[in-house]
Amino acid sequence: MEYVLIFITAIFVNNIVLSQFLGICPFLGVSKKVETAVGMGMAVTFVLVLATIVTFVVQKFVLDAFGLEYLQTIAFILVIAALVQMVEIILKKVSPALYQALGVFLPLITTNCCVLGVAILVIQKDFDLLTGIVYAFSTALGFALALIIFAGIREQLSLVKIPKGMQGMSIALVTAGLLAMAFMGFSGVDKGLSALFGLN
Amino acid sequence: MSNLKVLINGIVNENPTFVLLLGMCPTLGTTSSAENGMGMGLATMFVLICSNVVISAIKNLVPDMVRIPIFVVVIASFVTILDMLMQAYVPDLYKTLGLFIPLIVVNCILLGRAEAFACKNSPVASFFDGLGIGLGFTIALTLLGAVRELLGTGKVFGLEIYPEQYGMLTFVLAPGAFIALGFLIAIVNRLRKA
Repeated sequence: MEYVLIFITAIFVNNIVLSQFLGICPFLGVSKKVETAVGMGMAVTFVLVLATIVTFVVQKFVLDAFGLEYLQTIAFILVIAALVQMVEIILKKVSPALYQALGVFLPLITTNCCVLGVAILVIQKDFDLLTGIVYAFSTALGFALALIIFAGIREQLSLVKIPKGMQGMSIALVTAGLLAMAFMGFSGVDKGLSALFGLN
Repeated sequence: MSNLKVLINGIVNENPTFVLLLGMCPTLGTTSSAENGMGMGLATMFVLICSNVVISAIKNLVPDMVRIPIFVVVIASFVTILDMLMQAYVPDLYKTLGLFIPLIVVNCILLGRAEAFACKNSPVASFFDGLGIGLGFTIALTLLGAVRELLGTGKVFGLEIYPEQYGMLTFVLAPGAFIALGFLIAIVNRLRKA
C-alpha cells in the first residue's frame, strides 16, 4: 500500500515538472510533437530507473563506506554521464529498433536535471532500494505524463492565432502554468490516501 | 573596452534567461521571493566565474575528445565548494534553495558558456563573460522573484507594498512561476523589438 501511495503522489500530487520544477528544459524543448514526447518520456523512464539503482549502489557501497559523502555531486554526475553513454552503446548493439526510437534523446538526458535530482532525492529521503526504484519509476511516469499532455496542447496551439509578442516560448510557459494549475487540483489526495490506507 | 563589451553582452544581448532561455529549472524553482531569486543567481554566478576562468586556463591541456567530461568535473568541483560554503555561512538560504544547489551542475548555462566562450578565449575575457552572464541571470531571477513576491504577497524583498490579503497566492506557488515568466519574456521581447 505504501508503494501505491508513493506511485500516486509522485505522478499527480508532486509532479516532478509541474510542481517541483525539475526537467523543465526537455519539457519545453521536446514538446512540439506528441510522437517525440512519447519517445523522450520512455527514454527518461528507462534511464531514470537505471540511474537511481546505480547511484544508490555507489552511494551505499562506495561513498558511505569510505566516508566520501562530500563527493556525491561529482560522483553522481559522472556515473549518470557514463551510464547514459553505455546504455546508448548497448542499445545500438542489442536492440536497434529500440535504439531507433530512443537514440536521439539519450545524449540529452545527461543534462536533464530530473535524473540527478531524483538520484539525490532518493538518498536524501533515506529510501531503501525497492522504495527508491518505485519512486524513480513513478516520478519518470509523471514526467512522461506531463510532457505528453503538454505536447498535445502545443500541437493544437500551433494551429491558432497568437498575439505577436506572445509567440514561441512565452505562450508555452503560460500554457504550462495553466497545466500546473490543473495539477494543483490533486493536492491533498496524498493525505486522503494515506488516511484511507491507515499509514499515519 | 572589449571586456566591458563582453560584460554587457552577457547582461543584455545574451541574457541567459530572457534571450537564450537556458537554465529554466532554477529560474522557475527558486524565485518564490526576490531574495531567494537573488541568492540563487549569485550562487550560480560564483560557480560560473570560477569554472569559466579555470576552463579557459586549462583549455590547451585538455584533449578535444574528453573535454565535456573534464568541464563537467571542473563545474562539479566548484558546485561542491559552493555547497559547503553555503551550508556553513548562509544555512537559511541553503535550506530554502535545497536541491537546486547541487543541481547547478546540470544547469545548461555553465556548460554552455564553457563550450561557447571559455574554451576559445583568455582567462580574463572568460572572467568578464562569467560576470556578465552571471549578472544577467541574477537580474532576471531577482526580477522574476520580485514580480512573484509582489503579486503573491504584496511585498518586495520583505517590504510591504500593499496588504497581504489582496495578494494572489498562486503566484508564489508553482503555476505562477510559469505564468509570470511567460509574460516577462513577452514584455522583454516587445522591448527588444522597440
